[in-house]
Amino acid sequence: MIGMISYLAFFATMAGILAIVVLGLNLQWGYTGLFNGGVVAFFGAGAYGTMLLGGRPELGQFGGYEWPFVFALAGGVVLAALIAWIVGMLTLRLRHDYLAIATFGVAVAFESVTRNAEWLTGGAKGLRGFPRPLEAAIGNNFAYGLFFLGMVLVVLGAVYWGLQRLVHSPYGRALRAIREDETAARSLGKNPARLRLQSFVIGSAIMGVAGGLYVAFYAFVSPQDLAPILTFQVWAMLIVGGAGNNRGAVLGAFLIWGAWTASGFALSKFAPQAMQLYTGSIQYILIGTVIVGMLLWRPQGLLPERIVTRFTKTAAKAGPTSKGAI
Amino acid sequence: MSAVLTVSALEAGYVRDLPILRQVNVSVEHASLTVIIGPNGAGKSTLIKAIAGLVPVSAGRVVLDGADITGIRPDQMGALGLAYVPQTDNIFRHLSIRENLALVLRRVEDRAARLDELYALFPPLAGKHKDRAGSLSGGQRQMLAVAMALATRPRVVLMDEPSAGLSPKIAAEVLDLARSLTGQGVTVLLVEQNVKQALRVADHCYILAEGRNQLDGPAAAILSDPLVGEIYLGGKRVGAA
Repeated sequence: MIGMISYLAFFATMAGILAIVVLGLNLQWGYTGLFNGGVVAFFGAGAYGTMLLGGRPELGQFGGYEWPFVFALAGGVVLAALIAWIVGMLTLRLRHDYLAIATFGVAVAFESVTRNAEWLTGGAKGLRGFPRPLEAAIGNNFAYGLFFLGMVLVVLGAVYWGLQRLVHSPYGRALRAIREDETAARSLGKNPARLRLQSFVIGSAIMGVAGGLYVAFYAFVSPQDLAPILTFQVWAMLIVGGAGNNRGAVLGAFLIWGAWTASGFALSKFAPQAMQLYTGSIQYILIGTVIVGMLLWRPQGLLPERIVTRFTKTAAKAGPTSKGAI
Repeated sequence: MSAVLTVSALEAGYVRDLPILRQVNVSVEHASLTVIIGPNGAGKSTLIKAIAGLVPVSAGRVVLDGADITGIRPDQMGALGLAYVPQTDNIFRHLSIRENLALVLRRVEDRAARLDELYALFPPLAGKHKDRAGSLSGGQRQMLAVAMALATRPRVVLMDEPSAGLSPKIAAEVLDLARSLTGQGVTVLLVEQNVKQALRVADHCYILAEGRNQLDGPAAAILSDPLVGEIYLGGKRVGAA
């Protein structure tokens, strides 16, 4: 029983971390229309940044400053935001597919740096040795797993709450306006270039938060954790859940991660031995099939974008009941 | 009557060194409706966009109430008392009607009262204020676009073919709506393909062809001039039934 709960906590922790990434992507794509094809780079920046600042020192290795977890995580988030700002300044003039290609290139370059800059990132073997927050105080592995899950869910809840506030504010309305028509939004006094950049940086910083939590969870990070498939998994989660709906983003993360985990388990259990080598490839095909299938049959996702009817107090006072005229 | 908006010797185009407008002059009187007509490719929409800062100006001046606003940034229009209603994509279809209006009203101090006023001015929008703007009919969409333009109480409204794609009845209603704005002290400059109906509601008319001024005068005079119809407006009298 403990084993099952322990496994479920592990599953939910990973799904929760991925849900945070999907929420970041939802801000970028769902609300602003920015096609970020390099999700994994910003997740990775958060992960490596947190590890370098909060990890244990190793001989001949940069970083390992053993900062307290919260500060190390903040540093990782700042690194992700900084990279997003630089990438955004260079690429945000591009539209849709071109932006996707450019950001995908950034992710490939980032992964290449982590694989080759051994002094900085530990190269292909990665970086290990991260003092997990409160692990010593809690002691028991089972209890710690539950504690970590609780921490991830609190962060997920905070990110969700913050984003809901953001997208229901006038700022969020402006983001959705530039997603629909930049020229029209510009003629209404909005500054699309600035809004796009801000959304890109905020969304990437959220991905950085997830990267920091991931490092704290595994106490390890390597280039294998930044494989391009992660970007596609996150996209599948958003497409399945529903772009432009934060609840959909979280639902999609749990569903796709569940499907991914279950398919891996089923393949390892029931597939012929000769097929076992191809388990990963079959899962990749499954992800691709899910994306294509959803786009064909339910492009709005399981929980489509909902029209906003809640308003700030000032705006809410204005109803369509007055008899006054100009 | 005094000119609120003056365009002098304007040259503008989408590509550098390839102006679409060549030495165009337009003068728009206060609280009047001026229409710009002409064949396809005449540069009518380009003129409106150049005034609004959406097309680069290479020469000439645009003056609003004595202030040079040539090449303004589109996001400065509201502050200058200018509003622009694009021909298409002039509303945000996935936002509610109230959200569309709230987008424009963000910097308006009495926005709650203003929203109320706009609902009173456009009752069909009031009844559907929580609906997606994309669910509105063509005429109602134009109504919303005009409401958005009026939200910041502009002195001058630029409209790019507001009747495009509408049935004749709805097109007439939209043009009547444009006309009614002048009664509230708003100056309207609009581009139209719907010549006959536009001239019916306009005070003054400019005819453009190949990016140049061809003729201008009181709308009534142009409507009844057979020669104008023959030369510029499709080969027959526009006033004819």
